[in-house]
Amino acid sequence: MPGTSPRKPMKNWLLAAAVAALYLLHQDVWYWESARPLVFGFLPIALFYHGVYSLAVAGLMWALVRYAWPAHLEAQLEAGDAADGEPPEEARR
Amino acid sequence: MIPALVVFLYLCVVLYIGIFAFRRPGGTGAEGYFLANRSLGQYVFLLSLFGTNMTAFTILGSAGHAFANGVVTYGLMGSSSAFLIPITLYLFGTRVWALGKRHGFMTPVQMYRDRWECGHIGTAIFAVQATLLVPYIVIAVMGGGTVLNAVSGGVVPYWFGGLIVAAVVMSYVFFGGMRGTAWVNTFQTVLFLTFGAAAILFIGVSIGGFPAAMERLAGNPESAPLLTREQISPRFFFSYMLIPLSTIMFPHISIFCLTARRMGQFRKTVIFYPLCILAIWLPCTFLGLAANAMTDVPGIESKLEARAELAADAGDRTPAETADLQRAAAGDDVIILMLEHYAPLWLAGLLGAGIMAAVMASDSQILALSTMFTEDVFAYYGGKSRFGSAVQVQTGRLFVVLIALVAYAIALQAPPGIFGIAVQYAFSGFTTLLPLLVAALFWRGSTKWGALAVVLWTAATMTAVAVLQAVVAAPPPGTVVPIWTVGGLDVITRTPGGTAVLGYMPVLPMLIGSSLLMFVVSRLTPGPGAATLRRYFPAAAG
Repeated sequence: MPGTSPRKPMKNWLLAAAVAALYLLHQDVWYWESARPLVFGFLPIALFYHGVYSLAVAGLMWALVRYAWPAHLEAQLEAGDAADGEPPEEARR
Repeated sequence: MIPALVVFLYLCVVLYIGIFAFRRPGGTGAEGYFLANRSLGQYVFLLSLFGTNMTAFTILGSAGHAFANGVVTYGLMGSSSAFLIPITLYLFGTRVWALGKRHGFMTPVQMYRDRWECGHIGTAIFAVQATLLVPYIVIAVMGGGTVLNAVSGGVVPYWFGGLIVAAVVMSYVFFGGMRGTAWVNTFQTVLFLTFGAAAILFIGVSIGGFPAAMERLAGNPESAPLLTREQISPRFFFSYMLIPLSTIMFPHISIFCLTARRMGQFRKTVIFYPLCILAIWLPCTFLGLAANAMTDVPGIESKLEARAELAADAGDRTPAETADLQRAAAGDDVIILMLEHYAPLWLAGLLGAGIMAAVMASDSQILALSTMFTEDVFAYYGGKSRFGSAVQVQTGRLFVVLIALVAYAIALQAPPGIFGIAVQYAFSGFTTLLPLLVAALFWRGSTKWGALAVVLWTAATMTAVAVLQAVVAAPPPGTVVPIWTVGGLDVITRTPGGTAVLGYMPVLPMLIGSSLLMFVVSRLTPGPGAATLRRYFPAAAG
């Protein structure tokens, strides 16, 4: 995630913090022994929580794609930076 | 018999799609056959990648796990995968794609050989990856035999069902290569998403609504714990979160990352992947849980009786009797039993086809193994330069036939339990190999000796866990057998489901060990030359 603007490092830190937060939020010990409430009348609360968690992950991935996409990888390819050299033939013979 | 006919019709459609549909002229070279000329579009890339991961183990296994363990299944396997698989695709998959596009790599081993300037160490990586992948292919053939036998009401014997599945998969992988496989996986994913939703509606209406079923479970002291996670320790739950890290290390996934036409194809994939998991895994978990309330289904009732007997005082029960009870209580077929009982015949057939789709996800693994063999062994050791590219592709095709035949032969002989366990090993093993990919992509200081240490550590720890579990029999549910105790603290224990280290899954110390070995051994040994480092880290080289 290379930064091209002064605000980008801060943005990257925020996104990294969001990733860490979602990792921690997966360990939801607070619903460990609770079955109720049954959300919509049939979904035990822990199952509902992890369903919502999956939606939150999709939101996080959207943010990563929108704000921290590693576009430099494709840009390097398009710029034809193979000038640095090709791998030795033995590697992919 | 109608469901079986629908499944056979489905197999014919799959054969047509895999062999004839979407063929393109000029795609006959090695890149065309093994990587679809790196030209897959974004929707095929997303649906096929998801379909590749949606195996018999995940679909039937998740419902069976939820039947026995309750709601914890989705947190263990579903939401953890929803988080970690897209993250690893975003962090590692995009970089693997870029390196493959730039340097022409067709397998991860080619990248490791080039990155660390090594030869035979790459072959060692190939050997460990291939060993971990084979049980997956075998279990798919076994699953095919079981499903066809079940949906035909026993008319199609297990051996014939397995033979049909092996032959169909072998045919479209043989003729269609990566493009045929990708389109078949796309079709299978769409099928499962569409008819899975219909099945849930039918079952929900048939049992008088899910709220009533959940209330029945909550009101019964024996089944109420299934609506919570009190039977699983938070340590186990935490360490299970490492298992989805294995996904990007599975060769069929990392090779699939090389098939995207542009890196932009990863964008929609990483965003929609968690939603696909939610759409398929959560209903499978919920249906597995709800099956506990469906005591009017004869097959399910007998499973519940076997479980109750297991939970009762073991008394003078022999290990063989315990094993028989565990098999009788296993819930891998609860979804099939529910469909047979509640869904109309046409829907049961379509869902049977959908489940068959999941069972047949071995196609990508067979193709990946063939790609690895032809590129990392045949071509690397002079076969391509001696015989040419056309012979290389023919060798890959012959290898596909060989793998399918060997998998079928093993599936006929082996008891089911063995490969269920072996698949569990595969997840831990590939997670333990993760430092290879992280170091290759992000750490200039990593060396081939560090890579070798990771490979040897993975092989040694996998063997140790396998031997321990073979020597010490699984204790009854709710109990553990201490293996190594220090000062009153149980360090290693044999649990009903496997092995624990300080209460965590073995994958945690295995991953910590491989990460440390990569770091320490790399610091002590010389790395690759400056020219190689410049190609991998151009910005850092200035």
